[in-house]
Amino acid sequence: MAGTNPTPTEYIQHHLQNLTFGLHPDHGWSIAHSAQEASEMGFWAIHLDTMGWSIGLGLIFLWVFKKAANAATTGVPGALQNFVELMVEFVDNSVKDTFHGKSKLIAPLALTIFCWVFLMNLMDLVPVDFLPMLAAKIASLFGADPAHVYFKVVPTTDVNATIGMSLSVFALIIIYTIRAKGFSGFIGELTLHPFNSPNKLVQALFIPVNFLLETVTLLAKPISLALRLFGNLYAGELIFILIAMIGLWQLPLHFTWAVFHILVITLQAFIFMMLTIVYLSMAVEKH
Amino acid sequence: MNLNLTLVGQAIAFAFFVWFCMKFIWPPVMQALQERQKKIADGLDAASRAARDLEVAEQEASETLRKCKEEAAAILEQAQKQANQKLEQAREDARLEGERMIAKAKAEIEQEVTRAKEDLRGQVSRLAVLGAERILESSIDEKQHASIVDKLAKEL
Repeated sequence: MAGTNPTPTEYIQHHLQNLTFGLHPDHGWSIAHSAQEASEMGFWAIHLDTMGWSIGLGLIFLWVFKKAANAATTGVPGALQNFVELMVEFVDNSVKDTFHGKSKLIAPLALTIFCWVFLMNLMDLVPVDFLPMLAAKIASLFGADPAHVYFKVVPTTDVNATIGMSLSVFALIIIYTIRAKGFSGFIGELTLHPFNSPNKLVQALFIPVNFLLETVTLLAKPISLALRLFGNLYAGELIFILIAMIGLWQLPLHFTWAVFHILVITLQAFIFMMLTIVYLSMAVEKH
Repeated sequence: MNLNLTLVGQAIAFAFFVWFCMKFIWPPVMQALQERQKKIADGLDAASRAARDLEVAEQEASETLRKCKEEAAAILEQAQKQANQKLEQAREDARLEGERMIAKAKAEIEQEVTRAKEDLRGQVSRLAVLGAERILESSIDEKQHASIVDKLAKEL
């Protein structure tokens, strides 16, 4: 446990606070030294740990797959190529099963989502204190107070990361809908369902109701997508933190929860990918 | 749990990763997969074609073998027949030659016998004449009585 024996509350809060760099009203552009300061920064702040880990992991994913893609032969594949081909085929089959339109984007998108989210989730299996303590040690070399070095390793436990992804997917949903059905089709989808009537007057009355319902449906997609991933990983992370506080007994417990968590990690990555594909195929298909 | 600029940063990173994946990772891997699929399909095709070819070749070979056997049997039979014929011919020739030789020998014997008889007759006639001369103790003109002696000799 970091620093001078923090209370359990402090310990948990310390673990759940991101390393934030932003525009503080009093201190200008700086790294936040407390949760208080971080929240005072408002929107103009960036979580360095989230960004660093997620971009780093994304680059690892790209590097590994690019290496395999460069060396891809039509002959007997090596171990790495085998693995990459397995992943690619798995994603390709998932996309083909669900998305019946033609799109060059969807399959690579799904692959990126699955691998990236999986890698980000995987950081959850690194014992919760290892990397934050390492970061605190390194930061104290540069004269920082270890108690104020916040470091959150798992990017998907940061709601910003998951919302950032789900908003991108949301934008794609709207783009695909408009491309497949036209702008009027998009508006029609928002206003002429689920209630419609051959009578023009009744139809006009239905439009606001439909609009309300469909807007909620539409907005629920990115929000549920983001919060599902965030919630699962945040809860998992929290349990890891709680287990880490109970001393020696944490070892068997940590192991058990980690084993169980492997399932959650993979499943959440898969769900995020599948739902993206499903939403996009719904955007393209006619009712 | 502050929503902040991280969200935008994540979205940008996400967009970059997807773009990179779409541009540089997906196409070569997919291409390799498809090419290998095609290669395997071609290979299987070639294998089944080869199996078919083999079957045809085997059939042809057995057909040829059968024909060859038949031909050989025919040739053998003919040769046998010819040999028999030749043997028969030789036997016939030998028989004829033998008969001819026997006939010739018989003729020679006949000739010999005739000559011997002639000789004998001559000697006998001379002996008779000699005998008669002695008996008559007189000289008989051989020329006068030659016809008588000849007549006598012919009766022998």
